[in-house]
Amino acid sequence: MLEVRALRAGYGAVEVLRGVDLDIARGEIVALLGSNGVGKTTFAGVLSGLVPAWSGTVMFNGSAIAGLGAGRIVDLGLIHVPEGRHVFPNLTVRENLELGAYRRARANRARNIDHVVSVFPRLKERFSQKAGTLSGGEQQMLAIGRGMMAEPELLILDEPSIGLSPLLVEEMFDLIGNLKREGLTILLVEQNVLQSMEIADRAFVMENGQIRLSGKPADLMDDPDLQRAYLGLA
Amino acid sequence: MRQLVLLLAVFAVIALAPFVIASEFSLNLVIMVLYAALLGQAWNILGGYGGQFSFGHAAYFGTGAYTVAVLQVQLGINPWIGLVAGGLLAIGVAAFIGLATFRYGLRGSYFALVTLAFAEVLRILSNSVDFTGAGVGILIPLAPGVANLQFETKTGYFFLVWTFTLAAFLAVWWIGHSRFGASLAAVRDNEEAARALGVNAFRVKMGAIMLSGLFSGLAGVFYAQYFLYLDPYIAYGPAISVESLLVPIIGGMGTLFGPLLGAAALHAVSELTREIIGEVPGISLVLYGALLVVMVMFLPRGLAGLGERLFARRRPKAGETGHA
Repeated sequence: MLEVRALRAGYGAVEVLRGVDLDIARGEIVALLGSNGVGKTTFAGVLSGLVPAWSGTVMFNGSAIAGLGAGRIVDLGLIHVPEGRHVFPNLTVRENLELGAYRRARANRARNIDHVVSVFPRLKERFSQKAGTLSGGEQQMLAIGRGMMAEPELLILDEPSIGLSPLLVEEMFDLIGNLKREGLTILLVEQNVLQSMEIADRAFVMENGQIRLSGKPADLMDDPDLQRAYLGLA
Repeated sequence: MRQLVLLLAVFAVIALAPFVIASEFSLNLVIMVLYAALLGQAWNILGGYGGQFSFGHAAYFGTGAYTVAVLQVQLGINPWIGLVAGGLLAIGVAAFIGLATFRYGLRGSYFALVTLAFAEVLRILSNSVDFTGAGVGILIPLAPGVANLQFETKTGYFFLVWTFTLAAFLAVWWIGHSRFGASLAAVRDNEEAARALGVNAFRVKMGAIMLSGLFSGLAGVFYAQYFLYLDPYIAYGPAISVESLLVPIIGGMGTLFGPLLGAAALHAVSELTREIIGEVPGISLVLYGALLVVMVMFLPRGLAGLGERLFARRRPKAGETGHA
């Protein structure tokens, strides 16, 4: 579904991504792991057209999307939920969700709202409340729900667990696991290695703007050197 | 839909003013309130709905005013044509300022400062070229008649400004109920998230600044035809920019009726002080400053927000109260 080859990008003169290769098959959860500042968020931004690519190719369902505008990429069904609970604080939960269908699946808005609140029942309780009054976990759920409104072919979740309490982190990963069971394809960008490994089908480990390792979570987790070197585990 | 009905009803009631108000003085006050509401609503489109705080709306106002005046005085062109040209040129100036700022991602105080600078540049330019009358100003010859966009009585001017103001309010009603308005609110609240949803933030902000510029320009056209005199300080000076933003801040930014409430409150207060203190030079600026501080401290959501709060207190809705 997604095939990234030799992707390079950065800001100004600073090269952040130094030739990234990565692929995702339909129906998978793929985790992109790595510590702070290795380029994970930049990578997610390039895929969704928010950050321009310098060189390399990104094929999504057979079409080259590197260099297309963010709007066109949304049209194709690649939906990015950016890092940091980006909700629209002065708009209600309902309005936030409706904006998720700004370009795609507009006709199915009502049906998809019903679906999103069935996945995230807490959003139903807060339906006509302003998003800025929601708790951190609820805002993250809203951001993900808003991404689902566009009926994504591929959903990119950037650090959905950041800043949440341990209990909520647990709940968030359960919810993401449920999304996979619904048939969604997900690229999960995370620092939380252990919990990402539990729900991912495959994982890529990024270091210094390049993919250093990839494979099935079980294989990656078994290698003690890998754990020390790349995953920050003792 | 209820909001639209209410809007039309309010403007219908206002339209009765010339028929029930006998005194020229009072009718003039209604005209000035409508004019201030027009200025404020224009700013509200970009500032209240778009979250881009402009300190230089005089740039559009002055362009509309000078266009209609210069075309008449220097080239003998009919002011009805000048009205259209003034509106279009104001849109053009807005598009230029929008390109110069949004293209380079200027936001917040940087955007505010650049808009202020553009208005000042235009003021200095209009002060130094001949065709605007430079520092002496430009006097539009008195020639009453609908064909000349001048009226014998205040009633004619009333309906001119009433029409412009109604158009601005209808435009803002539309913003509140359109896909464009939804994307504008999204950009205001969180530009990055809006872009991730496929909203073209640049195009949305350009649309807002041009619409905003149009209505400021029309306010300028009205001013020129009503007072028949302009100079660089009136047209491009900071007073217009300040009034443009004060009205919606007092009334309630990002609300449909805010600018009307703000305009009425502002004029009520300034008339009252004139009664009590008399004409003291600069007193209105002191008053505006104090008012702004009080509003921002105690009523950050303006008079419209106060109304909403009182209404909500009387009828609390289940499940919509506070939250940890």
